[in-house]
Formats: sequence, structure tokens, C-alpha cells
Amino acid sequence: MYSEKVMDHFQNPRNVGEIENASGVGTVGNAKCGDIMRMYLDIDDNGIIQDCKFKTFGCGAAVATSSMATELVKGKTIQQALEVTNKAVMEALDGLPPVKVHCSLLAEEAIHAALWDYAEKNHIKIEGLSKPKNDISEGEEEDEY
Amino acid sequence: MSKLIYLDNAATTKVADSVVDAMLPYFKEYYGNASSIYQLGAKSKEALDESREYIAGTLGAKANEIYFTAGGSESDNWAIKATADAYAQKGKHIITSAIEHHAVLHTCEYLEKHGYEVTYVGVDENGVIKLDELKAAIRPDTILISVMFANNEIGTIQPIKEIGEIAKEHDILFHTDAVQAYAQVPINVDEMHIDMLSASGHKLNGPKGIGFLYIRKGIKIRSFVHGGQQERGRRAGTENIPGIVGLAAAAKRSFSMLEEKMQKEIELRDYLISRIEAEIPYCRLNGDRKKRLPNNVNFSFQFIEGESMLILLDNKGIAASSGSACTSGSLDPSHVLLAIGLPHEIAHGSLRLTLSEENTKEEMDYVVEQLVAIMERLRSMSPLYEDFMKKQK
Repeated sequence: MYSEKVMDHFQNPRNVGEIENASGVGTVGNAKCGDIMRMYLDIDDNGIIQDCKFKTFGCGAAVATSSMATELVKGKTIQQALEVTNKAVMEALDGLPPVKVHCSLLAEEAIHAALWDYAEKNHIKIEGLSKPKNDISEGEEEDEY
Repeated sequence: MSKLIYLDNAATTKVADSVVDAMLPYFKEYYGNASSIYQLGAKSKEALDESREYIAGTLGAKANEIYFTAGGSESDNWAIKATADAYAQKGKHIITSAIEHHAVLHTCEYLEKHGYEVTYVGVDENGVIKLDELKAAIRPDTILISVMFANNEIGTIQPIKEIGEIAKEHDILFHTDAVQAYAQVPINVDEMHIDMLSASGHKLNGPKGIGFLYIRKGIKIRSFVHGGQQERGRRAGTENIPGIVGLAAAAKRSFSMLEEKMQKEIELRDYLISRIEAEIPYCRLNGDRKKRLPNNVNFSFQFIEGESMLILLDNKGIAASSGSACTSGSLDPSHVLLAIGLPHEIAHGSLRLTLSEENTKEEMDYVVEQLVAIMERLRSMSPLYEDFMKKQK
């Protein structure tokens, strides 16, 4: 059901992990629905994304879209990163099954959420970026056995 | 290990060699229509009668109480819709459980749209139906209780005899979907007061597309498929003789080694459960530990999602299934896991491993080894695990 590229990014995900003291961190998704993505950005003084890492709870497509999204924004300017849409992520992965399109939306939202966090921390306004929808809270009740 | 380790026997099973051998002559040699008068047809009729007789015997039933169908879903549909139809004068209330197979649940939902009322009785945290709730749900207009013999996801075996007694006491028909239980555990329709029972061939190393519905003599439910005198006029259509012969051969194979098969599976099952519990943190066994199908293992693993697990297991040659949303085609995880009280995010991380008597301890060792590595890998990339570990510090 998945393209070779999706399988490759799921099985060998790029840029998994955390960035300590990241310039911006964004978490999107909802554990109830089975997908949570967290994106870390390291942005230098010139506004270039030097590094990008992610952690994802979710299906194969959720992991693959996160991985591809990090590849697409690395080395880019903030404005270029904003142009990484869910369509761009899907195209780069040679497509997704229809039921998995929402995963690519999540990847786009994760980038935006991390940029929003960066903007807030630095008290700046990023042209064309609006406050991300954030419904992570529902997933935060953790039940322990 | 390069060969496939097939641990999805609740989904379907491999057709046994002896079953294929029994079926083959009925494709090319004895292909006659069982309703025909000539000898070729009589050969088919003979096979049909023998198969019916044998299957009836496995349940303590009579041959004229077994009706062949195209499988479990058809049997469930027939039992419920035809009962609703035949007993509508008496009442329009049906009782079932919250964890039934969709063949029962969706049929009940269909009836709800057509003027029937359905009570979905809850289950406890192990998936055992709440008998007091079931009793309380009974009304003067209740015509049917339909509760599955054993659950397809978590393997919990229901107190069928008790439910049968309750139904009998109140003069209500009792149907059980025994698709996961038939030829896996002993069943006796009289001792358990079962009025109707659904079963399917492909869950017991038989062919797909064949099953049966047991209907106790005297129950007046009508034809489901009109158009011929087959199956005592209650289910028209030229009999699927190779399928029926295959179903009977599969049942014979299973019943001839039932005790041995159960014992072997229980041993493997409990070994696998204990190793997973010992070696993988933050997991939960779903389903009842004792009242459980011999071949069912179902775990939830916290902080990870089922589909990811399945793909990585598949890479290692292990076929399994999950109750996560991504494997169900909707956004919600399995209704069974939610009914036993699991929060959504934990239901998403479920894994079902269903064994056969052909599996080995070595295979279980390999599965655990792979699972440990997969859990570590997926948790290391899970933001939920990251948050959890930070809170622990």
C-alpha cells in the first residue's frame, strides 16, 4: 500500500531525535487519533534552518512524512520552510494512500508549530504564519498500568 | 530466520494438506449437482450428507440442524435478521454485547434502522460480558440474545452456558457467533442451551467461502436465500460440495487432535505471554488470562502505534495484526479495546498474535527478540515516551 519512498523513510527515518535548546519546538496531533508529531528546529542568526529533528508516535505514513519534512526544511530559510506544504511532502514521497493524507497535513502543521514557537520565543512575526491548531492536550492524560 | 512466521490465525488459516486432498475429487471427478438424479449427482449428495452428519456430531446436534452457508458473516446475518423477521410479532428487542464481530454489530445496527431496539451489554476489563447487565436488559419483548462464544481480538471466552440458561429461563432465543471457537474448544449445543451457532471453515484450516449455521429444530426462522430446495428450503443455491467436504475434513482434522492441539497452543501462548511481560516494559495483556482461546495473545504497548509495529514485524518475517485505527481504516481504534476500557492512545498500540499448533517455541523466542528491538526503536522515536520519561525523572 505504501510507495518505496514511504517505506524507505519509515524504515530508515532521517533526523530522528531531539535538539537540546532548540530554537523552536512544535508538537501537533492527537494521541486519541493515533498520531503525534514533534518537530525541533535549530535556526541560526541569519534565519537559516541549520538542523531539524523529529519524534513521531504514529503509523508508517506518519513517520515517513515527518522524516521527509525534516529533509525538506533543513538548510532552508524560514520563508522557504513555510512553502513546504503537505502536498510538497506527499509529492516528495511519491504519494500516499488516500486514508493517510492527513499524516502529511500533520507534517506541515508540525513545521508551522515549531516556527511559531521560534517566533514567540524571539518576539518576531513571521509573514504568512498563523497560530497553529494545537489539540495535543487531549493526548496528555497518560494512563499507567 | 527466513521463513514466514504466521501469527494471524484468527484472521485466516492455511488450508491443511489433508483438507485439500479431501476436496480435490469434488472439483473434477465428482462435480455433479447434489440435486441431480443420476449417480454422479448421488456421489455429491452422499458427500453432502456425510459432511453434515459429521459436523452435527461435533456439536452434539442432529444433521438436520446444520445449514451450510458461505461463511461466518452470512451465518450471523441470517440468524439475526431471520429471527427478527420471524419473531417480530412477539417483540422487537435484541440483546447483544459491545464486543461482537461487525457481522453481528452492523446487522443489529441495520435492524435498529428498521424499527428494532438493540441493547449492547458491556464487558468487564477482561472482556467478559456483564451477566447482571444482560439479565437487567431482558424485557417482555426481547426475542434474541446474541453473544459471541469467544472474541476474535482479545480471545476472551464468554460464559456461554450461563447465558444460554438465562435465555432459556426467559424463553428467548440464543445465538452465538462461534467463528473463533468452533473446533478450537469443545462446544455442546444442548449442554450450553445454544439455539443457533455460526461457524466458518477458514478459521480451522479449511477453505474460505464456506461455513454453517446451526439452527435448533423447532425454531421457525425462515429462508435467507430464496430460489431452491437446498438446505431444507432455507438456503437456496447449488451446494458448494468441495467447500462443504473441505469444512468437514478440516473439522475432522481439528477434532481428532483437539485436546493435544489445545494443550500445545496454551503452552506456547502462555510462554509467549510470560516472556513479553518479563521483557517489554509498559505493556498490558488484553483479554482474560484464563478464560481465553488457546491460541490468542493480545497486548497493548504504551507509547507506540500498531501499524508501525506490524510493518517492522513483517520486515522480520512475522505476520500479525493490530487494533489500531490505521489498520481499521477509520480514525478510531478497535471497538473491542475501547469496550474493555482502554484509552484511545493505548488501544492504538495493540498487537494480536494468534498461534497455531504448528508454531514452535523457537519461533516464539524469535518473535520476542524482534519485538523487544521493535519496541525500543519505536519508543525511542515516540514523543509520548519522551514526555513520559521526562516526567519520571
